[in-house]
Amino acid sequence: MAEKKMVATREGYGEALLELGAENPNVVVLDADLAAATKTAVFKKAYPERFFDCGIAEANMIGIAAGLAASGKVPFASSFAMFAAGRAYEQVRNSVGYPHLNVKIGATHAGITVGEDGASHQCNEDIALMRTIPGMVVMCPADTIEAREATKAAAAYDGPVYLRFGRAVCPVINDKPDYHFEIGKGTILREGTDLTIVATGICVGSSLEAAEKLAEEGISAEVINICTIKPLDEELIIQSAKKTGKVITAEEHSVIGGLGSAVCDALCKSYPVPVLKIGVQDVFGESGSAAALVEKFKLDGKGIYEQIKDYLK
Amino acid sequence: MNNLELKKIANEVRKGIIASVHSAKAGHPGGSLSAADLFTYLYFEELNIDPQNPKMEDRDRFVLSKGHTAPGLYSAMAHRGFFPVEDLITLRKLGSYLQGHPCMLHVPGVDMSSGSLGQGVSAAVGMALAAKMDQKDYRVYTLLGDGEIQEGQVWEAAMFAGHHKLDNLVVIVDNNGLQIDGAVEDVCSPYPIDKKFEAFNFHVINIDGHNFDEIRAAFKEAKETKGMPTAIISHSIKGKGVSFMEGNADWHGKAPNDEQYEVAMADLVKIGEALDKEEA
Repeated sequence: MAEKKMVATREGYGEALLELGAENPNVVVLDADLAAATKTAVFKKAYPERFFDCGIAEANMIGIAAGLAASGKVPFASSFAMFAAGRAYEQVRNSVGYPHLNVKIGATHAGITVGEDGASHQCNEDIALMRTIPGMVVMCPADTIEAREATKAAAAYDGPVYLRFGRAVCPVINDKPDYHFEIGKGTILREGTDLTIVATGICVGSSLEAAEKLAEEGISAEVINICTIKPLDEELIIQSAKKTGKVITAEEHSVIGGLGSAVCDALCKSYPVPVLKIGVQDVFGESGSAAALVEKFKLDGKGIYEQIKDYLK
Repeated sequence: MNNLELKKIANEVRKGIIASVHSAKAGHPGGSLSAADLFTYLYFEELNIDPQNPKMEDRDRFVLSKGHTAPGLYSAMAHRGFFPVEDLITLRKLGSYLQGHPCMLHVPGVDMSSGSLGQGVSAAVGMALAAKMDQKDYRVYTLLGDGEIQEGQVWEAAMFAGHHKLDNLVVIVDNNGLQIDGAVEDVCSPYPIDKKFEAFNFHVINIDGHNFDEIRAAFKEAKETKGMPTAIISHSIKGKGVSFMEGNADWHGKAPNDEQYEVAMADLVKIGEALDKEEA
């Protein structure tokens, strides 16, 4: 396999904001003292009159975004996932979700790959929190290209959207000329017949690696990339489950309430099959490099491969 | 509109509050009644709005941050013509657009959904910011409870509004002195409220919230204040107008029973008769 380019998904977010700033004068970007880290700083530099640093006050930032949206703006409110979805959960729920306002939440530094900052900053619960809010679109891009396209799609969509990005670099997998992004559509990145891996975020790249290893042993794994966790592409997942009869989900998030739960919700109502949920197993993270952590939490290619092998025993 | 006319409307607004909360068998009469004069002044004098065109582009915005006093808001809006006064008694009933707390998706003229305390003020700040960005001259008003300002988010919003010199924003605090668990100063004192807003770079005006001369003067002063947002601290009486509710925290979130309803309405009818006499 050729060496993949490694870029963090938050980079794609910043690039998309810059493009959107040029295209749409109503796009406004808010941050909470993390502009350099969330990559909103590139927008700030280009469109200072449409960038507002709310200071370290995420609850108020979400409320301001709601007020801007109610006045016709298209606000992107950014912070780390821990604070955007965690600290400001109730503001997102009541000030954005309930009135179904056109607010986009750009949450970076999600999951354990925050790395050295440790568990206080490693949000493994945001997908679960956000997908319970009626009408909220939840997206978790697999690479910087998808991050860019998902951000642009979010701007074009009328309604609240939660975008989940990572801090650490991950392989670019969507650098194909026919790549096309659509909210709510999953993609089969690799066809297989023995089992289906449904993955999101950085685990998409890891799952492709795992599928490669499995193939060496004659196990044919289908890999589905789910960027939009809500609304979920249920049809695609069920079709694949019908073919393979075995589903594994993989996510850099708690196995409680995230992609794995969403997939189980979809399968259990129309085509129940055994599901192995790979992710953070109801524990907090810890300090370490992103690479060391994905290895420890078995979310890299090797880890996912090993967990699937154990499961197949 | 002269003060007597405003007083008469405010009295009708109060009747609507009692009728709707009584009909709902639940709701928040105390803080609705304390703010009834403010609701009346805002909807009949201050706000540039059009009940026939509730989404008028450059209308003034009003956000009821203390969303539990929806009965006061609804009654003022109904009397102003946004929807039929008869609908007030559907408050909180299944299928009614008059939800327990205001929902912008259902009520024509409601600019922001609210109810979770501390959140409306941030949305109002966002609206004021949008007006500034678009160089529009509409103004944004938001009404908070004095208990509500115990929420930290209020001060996050105040810091932002002061920092950005949002002089198109008026934050009104209905200082009736009571919250569910008792007097605000006993529960967790927010005092001095005026000094706090001053410290957050607001122009602050203290008024008697039941005196239309003072209400009128305060909104005029707010309009003339440039370079900083204005906070109006409205000293009021919780339950104002209904004898047995006045100054009693028990009436924060409780509906009158049939008997109490009769007494409350009789109180308001009496006030109305006195106003009629004043007119004659």
